[in-house]
Amino acid sequence: MNAPVTASVIGVASAHESAELHVSGRATYIDDLPEPHGTLQVALGLSSIAHGHLRVLDLSAVRAAPGVVAVLTGADIAHNRSGAIIADEPILVDDLIQFHGQPLFAVAALTRAQARAAVRLARVEVETLPAILSVAEARAAQHFVLPPVTLARGAAEAALQSAPHRLSGQLAQGGQEHFYLEGQVCLAQPREQDTLHLWCSTQHPTEMQHLVGHVLGWSAHQVSVECRRMGGAFGGKESQSAQWACIAALLAVRTGRPVKLRLDRDDDMRATGKRHPFLSQWQVGFDDHGQILGLQVELASDCGFSADLSGPVNDRALCHVDNAYFLDAVQIRSLRCKTHTVSHTAFRGFGGPQGMLVIETVLDDIARHLQLDPFDVRCRNFYAETAGAGRDTTPYGMTVEDNLAPALFAQLVQDANYRARRAAVAAFNQGGGPLRKGIALTPVKFGISFNATHYNQAGALVHVYADGTVLVSHGGTEMGQGLYTKIRQVVAHEFGLPLDKVRLSATDTTRVPNTSATAASSGTDLNGKAAQAAARKILQRLAQVAAGLCGADPAAVRFEGGRVRAQGTQTLDSGFAELTAQAYRARVQLWDSGFYATPKIHFDPVTKTGRPFFYFAYGAACTEVAIDTLTGETRVLRVDILHDAGRSLNPAIDIGQIEGGFVQGMGWLTSEQLCWRADGALATHAPSTYKIPTATDVPQAFHVQLYAHDNREDTIHRSKAVGEPPFMLALSVFSAIRAAVAAAVPGLQPIALDAPATPEAVVRALGGLERTDPDAVGRP
Amino acid sequence: MSATPIRFVFRGALHQVSDVASTTTVLEWLRLQVRAMGTKEGCNEGDCGACTVVIGELDVDAPGGVSLRAINACIHLLAMLDGKALFTVEDLAAADAPLHPVQQAMVDCHGAQCGFCTPGFVMSLYSLYENRQQPPDHGEICHALAGNLCRCTGYKPIIAAALLAWQQPSQRLDRSGVHAQLQAIAQRPDLDYQAPANVGAGRVQAPATLAGLAQALDAAPKACILAGATDIGLWINKQGRHLPHLIHLDRVPELQAITQSADGALQIGAAVTHTRAWAALVAQVPALADLARRFAAPTVCNAGTLGGNVANGSPIGDAMPALLALDATLLLQQGAGTREVALADFYLGYQRSVLQPGEFLRSIHVPALPTSMSMPTSIPSAAGAAQSAGLPVQAAGLHVQVASYKVSKRADQDITAVCAAFRIELQEGRIVQARVAFGGMAATPVRARQCEAVLGGAAFTADTLRAAQQALHAELTPMSDLRASAAYRQQVAANLLARFWLEVQQTLGGAPDNDGRAVRLDQVEASA
Repeated sequence: MNAPVTASVIGVASAHESAELHVSGRATYIDDLPEPHGTLQVALGLSSIAHGHLRVLDLSAVRAAPGVVAVLTGADIAHNRSGAIIADEPILVDDLIQFHGQPLFAVAALTRAQARAAVRLARVEVETLPAILSVAEARAAQHFVLPPVTLARGAAEAALQSAPHRLSGQLAQGGQEHFYLEGQVCLAQPREQDTLHLWCSTQHPTEMQHLVGHVLGWSAHQVSVECRRMGGAFGGKESQSAQWACIAALLAVRTGRPVKLRLDRDDDMRATGKRHPFLSQWQVGFDDHGQILGLQVELASDCGFSADLSGPVNDRALCHVDNAYFLDAVQIRSLRCKTHTVSHTAFRGFGGPQGMLVIETVLDDIARHLQLDPFDVRCRNFYAETAGAGRDTTPYGMTVEDNLAPALFAQLVQDANYRARRAAVAAFNQGGGPLRKGIALTPVKFGISFNATHYNQAGALVHVYADGTVLVSHGGTEMGQGLYTKIRQVVAHEFGLPLDKVRLSATDTTRVPNTSATAASSGTDLNGKAAQAAARKILQRLAQVAAGLCGADPAAVRFEGGRVRAQGTQTLDSGFAELTAQAYRARVQLWDSGFYATPKIHFDPVTKTGRPFFYFAYGAACTEVAIDTLTGETRVLRVDILHDAGRSLNPAIDIGQIEGGFVQGMGWLTSEQLCWRADGALATHAPSTYKIPTATDVPQAFHVQLYAHDNREDTIHRSKAVGEPPFMLALSVFSAIRAAVAAAVPGLQPIALDAPATPEAVVRALGGLERTDPDAVGRP
Repeated sequence: MSATPIRFVFRGALHQVSDVASTTTVLEWLRLQVRAMGTKEGCNEGDCGACTVVIGELDVDAPGGVSLRAINACIHLLAMLDGKALFTVEDLAAADAPLHPVQQAMVDCHGAQCGFCTPGFVMSLYSLYENRQQPPDHGEICHALAGNLCRCTGYKPIIAAALLAWQQPSQRLDRSGVHAQLQAIAQRPDLDYQAPANVGAGRVQAPATLAGLAQALDAAPKACILAGATDIGLWINKQGRHLPHLIHLDRVPELQAITQSADGALQIGAAVTHTRAWAALVAQVPALADLARRFAAPTVCNAGTLGGNVANGSPIGDAMPALLALDATLLLQQGAGTREVALADFYLGYQRSVLQPGEFLRSIHVPALPTSMSMPTSIPSAAGAAQSAGLPVQAAGLHVQVASYKVSKRADQDITAVCAAFRIELQEGRIVQARVAFGGMAATPVRARQCEAVLGGAAFTADTLRAAQQALHAELTPMSDLRASAAYRQQVAANLLARFWLEVQQTLGGAPDNDGRAVRLDQVEASA
């Protein structure tokens, strides 16, 4: 029934469906919506200690301040415990303060300036308790938000003992601020019959609906949540949008007025969770060729003060320590450490990057130890290219059936001219001077599906109007990743319509219920299939109508180019709109819903085994860097990427995800450093102090190619998820910097470079901060 | 003096505003009063660029007599628009009209994903487009976008869009129309804006003469001097600071002037933007080009002033090390009286200076460097140029070299961990003059005088370098903060002196093993 692919909008590099709105400033975000009459503006009072009891919260001056209409405290909230999985977070502190920047109270006033001014008038007394502020302290104190988990296969300890070579190491990885350009924002409007509508910048409208209902003591059908688009999210608006939605909802119900809560950037950065910092220890045993024989890893993560999504994040870290490599005898222990900092959360990659950076570091160190090319050591450790003959099973028991890493490596090593450039880098480094270069080629294998099986479902609602135009609703949210654009292509393709006949409605819990977060790269896989299913139901009915008009077999009806054609007893060649008008008059249902649940997947959360992922997405990146040994500054000189997006639905959007993901990963590993002061306050709470990459940091030589290859699994048009996997292409940047550090100090072992590789981290890795030897400067 | 409204050109017409608070920002006015929602708030501190707008003003040197520059609307006060024109993303293409070439190029190159930063990028590109007839190169584009953060795209398609914009049919602003509108308000009286009580009383004055400025400050010595607001904007937005009386320097011609005296010295007025000031400084001392590029993004340099950087006296202000190395002096004025103070004597402590209440910085004086005569090939032309410019001609054999290095976590639009400036004059192998100055190494920008003393009179050898580094270590006691540890700053300060030594050796051809080797990251390219 499908139109032939040649005439299709599938695989076309069409522009983002909002592109013209974006560039003209006419795309509306929540703060841009016309405010309902009487809308109140909210500001928050935040804690100025990391841990302690709130003893006095005197808000009398706040209440009396000009313009203040309502004040909300933890004591005012009947159901003051919330959370994505475990309800262990207060909406507002009622007794125990657990991080510096935790919201204590909220003020609603006529204007934002009045609300912010009033906040400063609060009198707060606290009883300070000792705070645990780092993962190392929490690990030593066995201070956990969730119990430790071990993933093991084979006899890792014995394999280590008997291995011809052994190495060990430690790797500290910093967290990462999402820095979505649009900060957290929610507008709540009370409506009749005890209902509430929220416009919320969120990846998870259903969870907002449920949590708002929970704090209000209301049912789900009283709360509706809508989101047309977000100004970026990256995981930071999955669970982290809930607190602001709840506060806005509570104040709206309390005052009976519309309430907008938009966080100031500094408050947003202080009060919302980030990527988990990790501290990892490892021991590896290997043979003379660099093949890993046994590996023990401990991943200690800084979860912050509450569970949030830390369980699944750390599970994914566990399930990605292998990256693209077969680990026969392996033991990975995951510690979910509790600290008195903001609760760390989902962020593109969701623990995957932290797990994968460990194994990439291990492989680089093995190669250096054996004086082999790390490229060869990586190839030697890959999973088997075809399943069924051994070396094909992950530590969590899933067979790798679709291994593309060897093929990607084989092509990229040529495309990037890796071997010759590695020799040129070595020659450059032989020449001496204060600069050193490094080059690295690293793979990505990333599991696609939510680890928790039940999230892998989606619904869609497709309306065909009698005039032949189409409106699609689905459960996914648009955060810039191009989901709406791809869904539009999928539905237009089904009906054989040009793109302009299909529109996407804002995502709204009143249209599609019980949705999962738009996360885990799954948005198109899940919602695309659901929208396709809905469209096909309607299409079948339309085909019946068309067949009836010309006496043809319904299966022979063709929908393409905005026309409907069939050859029966008569010839039918009708415009799509003419057919829909006729179908309407014939009382045929022209709208329908679709549902999709990912097949094949299962995962035992206790044993941590099963097939958690429908398939894997692959990629490879080759990066060359230079470092300045005088200052530790680094520069990325050239990047070559080959990435597997399956059969791409939209190459422009997929390449955009790849480039953007890489640069975001590069930022995580280089300039983006979160610094906490001794009192637990976040010192880097604004873009003046927290430095995401700018245009200058991106090399002019930045070559990205898609690896054309159909997904072997039956995904939407055989495409692959592309949101998160490219982030980890940036691990090549870190490998290359470590290689440059190693080249600067021959014999240096270990290469004790912490991530991010800030100038100071690089100088430390070069041998501490004592070396200032002018005789060494400028000499080989 | 009677109160005056704020007058500026907006949406093709003259606007008069008299109902906003004195500290209302351009962004607040656009979003809360006009409800023009194309300009976004990303950070409200001038570091993300989502609020980028373009300001036009009369400028006899600019095409059509109107200059255009991109700035951050979030830290620009509405009162500062008095006498100017404001352009936002909504001005580029009417709802029913084709997109502007930079907008169309952004669509064609897939330069927007989430779209929130996009209007800001469009306005920075629009400013670049209006200021250039010929297409920019990759480096110029990156520099033009240094103040715009994008978290989605990785910038590559935006850079591609910038290149593409110039290939589309040209569409330029009708500057003559804007010129006529600005000319119509050019003769307005001194601004004395007084906010109505219902929005919180506050006053902004903008005297049009030097005498008027001196008089206003004399009458209100506690008033806050306003220049580019790149710092004051943060005081308002982030610290909630109450600033009841602001006096804006913008309209005083003497403070906007850059002049060069007969001996080659530059005088830079206190209200000259960084963009203009650094262009003049780099023309005088080309070795400062790298620092000028990395000083800050154009959106900051187009508003912030060199005088503000000096008068604020932040220990991490990047202009001061270079100005200290060049022996800059300051002209201060109070009432009708003036005095000259060496920059090296200006700071008393952390953000404290010799400025008295009511006294203001009038201009910065940068003496001409002695002309370098060490390179035989350059003698005839350099001497000729020096003579024709009326500069003193030095004896043959003098070698003058200057460098300034900035070290930060990110190359563009970042605050210094360590900023160093060095100047050395060598004659017959001996150092006859040395200046070593730092930012980020003390409570104020400082000259390292003990280090200078070690260098003075010595040959610039590796031994001298080592002794100078030891002196640095002894005399500087930096602090640890989020930007760097004290130990790192100590080592990098010494290492930057080593880099300068390397570069001097290279210039003089005295270090064969380093000859021609790159010593700065921006000099290397990817391996072939």
